[in-house]
Amino acid sequence: MDIRKTLKGLYALWFREFRVFTREKSRVFSSVALPLFWYFIFGSGVGSMTTNVADYQHFIFPGFLAMTIIFTGLFAGAYIVWDKKIDFLKEVLITPLSRTTVFFGKAMGSMTDALIQSYFLLLVGVLFLGVPFTASSIILSMVMLFVFATGLISLGLIIGSFMTSPEGYGLISSFVIYPIFLLSGALYPLDNLPGWMQILTRLDPATYAVDGLRAVILGKSTMAYLPNLMIVLGFDVAMMFVGTWAFKRMKL
Amino acid sequence: MESIKITELVKKYDKVTAVDGINLTIEEGEIFGLLGPNGAGKTTTLMMLSTLLKPTSGTAIVNGFNVVTHPDEVRASIGMVFQDPSSDTLLTGYENLKLHALMYNLPWKSIDKKIDSVLELVDLQKRKFDVVKKYSGGMRRRLEIARGLLHEPKIFFLDEPTLGLDPQTRQHIWEYIRALAKKIRMTIIVTTHYMEEAEKLCSRIGIVDHGKIVALDSPAYLIRSTGGDIVNIKGKNLNLKEIEKLPFVKGIKNVEGKYLISVENAGKNLQHLLGLAGDVEFVEVRSPDLNDVFLFYTGREMREAGEEVSFMQDAMRTS
Ligand SMILES: Nc1ncnc2c1ncn2[C@@H]1O[C@H](COP(=O)(O)OP(=O)(O)OP(=O)(O)O)[C@@H](O)[C@H]1O
Ligand SMILES: [Mg+2]
Repeated sequence: MDIRKTLKGLYALWFREFRVFTREKSRVFSSVALPLFWYFIFGSGVGSMTTNVADYQHFIFPGFLAMTIIFTGLFAGAYIVWDKKIDFLKEVLITPLSRTTVFFGKAMGSMTDALIQSYFLLLVGVLFLGVPFTASSIILSMVMLFVFATGLISLGLIIGSFMTSPEGYGLISSFVIYPIFLLSGALYPLDNLPGWMQILTRLDPATYAVDGLRAVILGKSTMAYLPNLMIVLGFDVAMMFVGTWAFKRMKL
Repeated sequence: MESIKITELVKKYDKVTAVDGINLTIEEGEIFGLLGPNGAGKTTTLMMLSTLLKPTSGTAIVNGFNVVTHPDEVRASIGMVFQDPSSDTLLTGYENLKLHALMYNLPWKSIDKKIDSVLELVDLQKRKFDVVKKYSGGMRRRLEIARGLLHEPKIFFLDEPTLGLDPQTRQHIWEYIRALAKKIRMTIIVTTHYMEEAEKLCSRIGIVDHGKIVALDSPAYLIRSTGGDIVNIKGKNLNLKEIEKLPFVKGIKNVEGKYLISVENAGKNLQHLLGLAGDVEFVEVRSPDLNDVFLFYTGREMREAGEEVSFMQDAMRTS
């Protein structure tokens, strides 16, 4: 009985987010087009400085998969701030649903968004970009993306739960999101960095997601796939823990 | 049975005490009105009763459950129409209601039927599949009332359900509420600025000012408690001290240069009063209404201007 109530609540929250997502055609378009756009600009632009453009493009492809997720994580947080602003959050918080359910419902809504984007980019990579793929590397990549999205969206929701104005959220989240992306090794190899920066990159969960993706897609990585996945899973658990706590103490 | 029991309820923000020791018991099936000027603490009180805000001190029992220790049970017993619009404008009316039904765990099979019946109640069937963005303010308000009723709450809170709406829509909404109260046995707590409406609708009224309940009774009794008729006079060097001593004068209030005098049997005693008063420029005699009641209990007028300010704030917040 209680489980059914929770599932229905999760479905409701997911349904709303999915409806809004599909109704805003521009959002659907930009969510799949934007990562590609960045990929080509970076791949060709920065790639032109390297000896082999195709190699560089393949090198950063996993980073761009991770990027789509990092930016949806940011959006998930912005969306909860938006819900506060339009007072829709009151309507959700006054229902008998627990705050934990609300947290996971919101997370699931953004998960759809993140997975559509990153899986689409993966598909484009397989079909058109000549990134080398096997069936198992596609599946392992999808698993990694799923696991990484869970953590990053939770992080977005945590930051969002503390903020009340979209402007404030934009400011704070850029201090979190950009370092996560730029320190992850998405755009450059981490081997030759100065020591202090190495430490920072090790603290960045995206480093492990990108490295894990590289392990299966390129076969070249610092660590193997599994340890990377475990670390990202650990990050997920921590984020979900903090996230449900943050939602319980969230004020309107 | 009592629906709501509030004891010494207090809410302090950093600087202001928004609710300052409210005591109140509301019986099942009552239509209770909370009346007061902007910033009186009405919304804050409702937010505490609906568990969205934690009281600083005091207790509130809603439908038998303590709002602090049993918030989930409280939330399952109540419905709420918020002061600010809270529907998702990108969803249709139907989707907003369906979302609500699912969050309240209504059985799947009953959902569509229930949605139709509440939409009928607020006269919105024709707009069922329009996105809320295309609704007028009044329609959106009605949708939110329908939404609050969808899960058939035992206690229904309405925070300024008619604020900023045109008189016709306002009247409609009150009619819905009244019809509802008759049809379902439900306790209704409504806040409003509109005195006449509260007077017609509510079985009891609590007048709130600066976070305190300053008067609490049925509208008729509150009006009677001002002590008879209202004589409103304006003039120079009025002989107020003498007037105050008259046995039939119950009280005098100064409101922006005018004096409101509550007088027993003004028809008989007016001449005597005016004879004493001095240089009178303007006189008006009327039966008191809730506006006068408010004035007598708070010494301030509940001004129309206040409504506009609050309405503007709403408009700014939602834009
Ligand atoms: N989040 C908040 N932080 C600080 N002060 C607040 C907050 N919310 C309300 N207040 C203050 O608490 C007091 C009561 O506000 P409340 O909204 O309860 O009044 P109200 O009676 O509903 O007024 P209105 O008729 O304008 O809706 C006001 O002085 C208001 O400024
Ligand atoms: Mg209010």
